[in-house]
This record gives sequence, structure tokens and C-alpha cells, in this order.
Amino acid sequence: MTLTDTLQTSFKTVVSYRIRSLLIILAMALGVAAVVVLTALGDGARRYVINQFSSIGTNLLIVLPGRAETAGAFPGAILGQTPRDLTLKDAQLLGRLPQVRRYAPLNVGAAELSAANRLREVTVLGSNANLIPIRHMKLAQGSFLAHGFGHSAQIVLGAKLANDFFPRSQAIGQRVRLGDKRFLVSGVLAAQGEAMGYNTDEIVIIPIDYAQAMFNTTSLFRILVEAKSHSEIDPAKQGILAVLKQSHDGEEDITVITQDAILTTFDRILQALTLAVAGIAAISLIVAGILVMNVMLVAVSQRTAEIGLLKAIGATSTDIRRLFFAEAVWLSLVGAMLGFLLGQFGSLLLRLIYPQLPAWAPAWASIAGIIVALATGILASLLPASRAARLDAVKALGKK
Amino acid sequence: MIRLTAISRTFYMGDQAVYALNDINLHIASGEYVSVMGPSGSGKSTLLNIIGLLDKPDSGLYELDNKPITDLSETEQAQIRREKIGFVFQSFHLVPRLTAAENIELPLILSGMPPAQRQIRVNDALQAFELTPRAQHRPAELSGGQRQRVAIARATIMQPSVILADEPTGNLDHQIGAEVMLLLENLCKTGTTLIVVTHDRELGARAHRQIAMRDGKILTDHTHDTD
Repeated sequence: MTLTDTLQTSFKTVVSYRIRSLLIILAMALGVAAVVVLTALGDGARRYVINQFSSIGTNLLIVLPGRAETAGAFPGAILGQTPRDLTLKDAQLLGRLPQVRRYAPLNVGAAELSAANRLREVTVLGSNANLIPIRHMKLAQGSFLAHGFGHSAQIVLGAKLANDFFPRSQAIGQRVRLGDKRFLVSGVLAAQGEAMGYNTDEIVIIPIDYAQAMFNTTSLFRILVEAKSHSEIDPAKQGILAVLKQSHDGEEDITVITQDAILTTFDRILQALTLAVAGIAAISLIVAGILVMNVMLVAVSQRTAEIGLLKAIGATSTDIRRLFFAEAVWLSLVGAMLGFLLGQFGSLLLRLIYPQLPAWAPAWASIAGIIVALATGILASLLPASRAARLDAVKALGKK
Repeated sequence: MIRLTAISRTFYMGDQAVYALNDINLHIASGEYVSVMGPSGSGKSTLLNIIGLLDKPDSGLYELDNKPITDLSETEQAQIRREKIGFVFQSFHLVPRLTAAENIELPLILSGMPPAQRQIRVNDALQAFELTPRAQHRPAELSGGQRQRVAIARATIMQPSVILADEPTGNLDHQIGAEVMLLLENLCKTGTTLIVVTHDRELGARAHRQIAMRDGKILTDHTHDTD
């Protein structure tokens, strides 16, 4: 029996047992689709987080008060208190490091914004003019805060705030009240949406000294530092640690997080998560494989007389084995392909429902899903195929 | 052409040995029309299975065309079944999901014949057995006589030298059965050896040579001229 005839004959058999074949194909397809969709989800989440972190800057270092070893993963941010504060003087020292291109001190708080008979509590960022290039922000109108530590009471509004407070007129040049101080709107941020946990369309940015006065603090929440190049990130980190240790009476009481380290950590965690969900989905493929074996064993039992006949008219055990084996290959192959398409469709739906999530299944997951489906189906067919091949022709013919 | 020498076949029912064939010696020449008759359990079907290489004797020698074939490998025996032996069964043994034409084509597929040649052979067979209008019908859509004609067409499609028929008219009424026997006997007239196993004395009497079996042994072996 030629290979073409084996494939054609087995294909006809698969087609003729429509319901049975459809159920196996469906089980196999759902397994593969689960692998594709779940890895698309996992990898999408990974890329989403990476993109979010990438979008906050380039060659970025974040200086936090307190040490990670004592304060935990995010010193200062969680406990709110550290032995020694970061100050504007510290920030200025960092600006003098040769590896540092620019820096932006940062204070964060909340205050009431009022203008044009409207009032709203908003998130307030206090910083300097470098915040825009360091954080890859864009201005839609006007100009950002004056360079240096601002002396004028300027304010930059998020896109949504500008639109909400001044829907019919230009926000630039308008006077607003933030807390108990009056500010002149100097710029409006371009709409960017959510990034790193807060919506930049609904924040206001004021000069750092005004922010510190408003929140009655001399301590900084963070200092954002941009190294001159990727290769300068580590030297910059060492420089920052050395300078601030010296400034803090020889005590290393700050933490420097590099963007690269965060990216690598998240990449690793989310990649592991993707692999884990792919593994869980792969279990469904093994279940599908067991289903293939079960159905094929039933098929051997149902088609015993047919197997006897094939032997009587000259089929060898190898022919019989190949026929059953080819049936499993067809079922697995069609199931895997259908599953791949279903998975791609599922990923597309995910992307349509959550446009911000780049839910594309990685190529390795699709290939692995298809290969595992084929291998499972084929392995599962070995026992039934071998049982069919070993059937005694006389006994098989005698079975009704 | 078929020579069985001291062939024995024993089955075991628990500890008890049942001698299905007991020291059978038989020679059947090419083109002979032989009927094998006997009561149930006499060994006639076992004899047919051994001649058809579906079963192996426990002892003895089986020669086909002067070649010993008892000890051939499974693949070699399958090739002989494919090329030299055609089976016709009482219950037709057609594959229910295949059409009449596809059932007839099965032995050709197993032989590895190219599709174009297969098509010609199948069409010839359909025509010879007056099955052309039923070519695309499945067994369930055929009458008993048509089913048996499909089975005979399948058994003869490889132009075997031996046809083994096990109760070929057992599931057919008298008239259709007679028509089927005529088809088989016509094959015999073209030089094919025909061995028919039957309970039916009338059917058995049509053969040139009649063998009666009992308890795994040949009881009588008569040859007569029916022409």
C-alpha cells in the first residue's frame, strides 16, 4: 500500500466518521487554541508592562530615599519614612555627575484645582523642565516650566483637565488656583493616557519649589536621572551612590533602580508566567491525546470485522498499523491547525477588546502547541494501531 | 496446485483439545470446482482458513503452486492472499462506509496499483458483474444479491487463481443464491480454482468434486462429471 493511498484511505475514514472525528478535532483544537490564546495573553501582558516601563524614559535611573535591603522593594514609597530625606541639594549634586545627561526631582501630592467655576482634586507633580524629555512626555500647547527651579507660578495641565476646565477657550494664559495658590497655565500635555499607574491626562505639573511649599516638605519623592548613554547607566548608578553617600555623611541610605533592571526583572517574571500558562494549557492537549487514544481503541473494536477483511484481502499488519496511525495524524493535524486558527482568532478578539494589550501569541507557542498536539495524537494512536495490527484475522472476521 | 500433507490444527477449550483438522491430506488441481460439506464443527471452515492463509496449521505441509508456504513470513503470506486468493463470505464483509466501487477497489489499493489503472479494473469489474449503476451506492443501499456480487467482484479483481467461498449463498434467497453460484461457476470455467464450503447439499452437489468432513477428517472425496 503506497503512502498516498494510506493517507487518502485514512482521510476518507476520518471524514466518514463525521461526529466522532469532529469531537476529537474539537478537543485537539481547543487544546491548541488554549495554548495560543493563553500565551498571547501572557506575552501580551509582558510586552505591555515592558512597553510601559520603556515609555517612561531612556537610560533612566530612579533614585529613592531609603535602602531596599531595609525598606523592602520600594523604599520610602511604602513606608513613607526614611532615615534621611532626598533633597533638592542632592538632586543638584547628581546633575553634576559626568555620566548624567539630565535629572528631574519629583514630588507627588494631591490638591484642589479650581478655575472657571470648576473644582477638582488632582494629582500634582512637582518637578523641573527636564521632566518632559526624561519621561518622554509631549506638550500639545504652550511651553513647559522654565528651566532651572521655577520662580514663576506656572502650571502645566494634563490634556483632559485642560479640556474639562477650558472646553471653549484656550487653556494657555488662563489663571487657575491650585490649593491656595494661583498659577498661570503655561502648557498643556498631549494626551497620553495611563502610564505607570496614573493617568497623565489628569495631572498637573508645577515647579518643584512650589510643590514643596504646597506640601510643606523639603524631601523629594524621587529623583529621575537620565544617563548619557546605555553604557553609562552602571557608572552613573555607582556615581550616584558615591555622591549621595558622601552627601549623607558616609551612609548609603538611598536606592537606585535602573530601568534596565526593572525591565529585565519584569521580563523574566512575565516570561515565566507565560510559560506556566502555556504549560497549563498543554495539559488540555494531553487530555485530548487520551481522548484520541480512547476513541481509536473504540474504533478498533468497532471495526474488528473490517480489519479482518483487510487482512483476508492481503493487508499486512504494517498496512493496518499505518492506516490507524494515519487516521490519528489526520485528526491531530486538522485539530492542531484548527486550534491554531481559533487561537489566532481568540488573540485578535483579545486585542480588539483590550487594544492596549499587544496579545500576539509568540511563534514558539504556536509551533509548540501544534507539535505537542501532533505528538500527543500520534503517541496516543500507537496502542490502538498496534492492537488493530495484532488482531487475529479469523477471529476478527467472525466478529459481527 | 493446492497440496495439503498431514495438516493438523488443534484448538483448546480450556484444558480440552479440539481437533479441528486431524491429519488432512488433500490435493486440489488448478481449475477444480470443489465443495466441502459437513456438519458444524467438522473442520471445513478451518480447512478453508488454512488454505486461505488466514490460519496456520500446527503441523503438516501446505504447498501452493508446488511451493511450501506454511512457514512464509506474515508479509509474504499477505502477498499471496492478495495476489492468488479471493475470499467470498456468507456475510459479504463489505466496508459499510465505502461505495460498491470503493469496496471492489480495496485489494488493488493494498497492492499499490496506480489510481488510473485501478479505475479501469474497477470499471471492468462493475460492468462484468452488472454493478455499474450501483457503483456509487453504499452496501446498505444494495440488495443481498448485489452485495454478494460486489464481494465476488472484490474477490476476483486481482485475478486470483483460487476463490474460497464460505457459505456464499447462506444469506441469500434460493433464486439469488443460484445466480451468485452461476457467477462463481463461470469464474471456475475460466480456470480459477473454486472451493465452496457449505451446509447445503444441493449447493455442494453442483461441484465437480465433493468432500465431506467430520470431526476434522475427510470422510469422503468424490469426483463426478456435472457437464
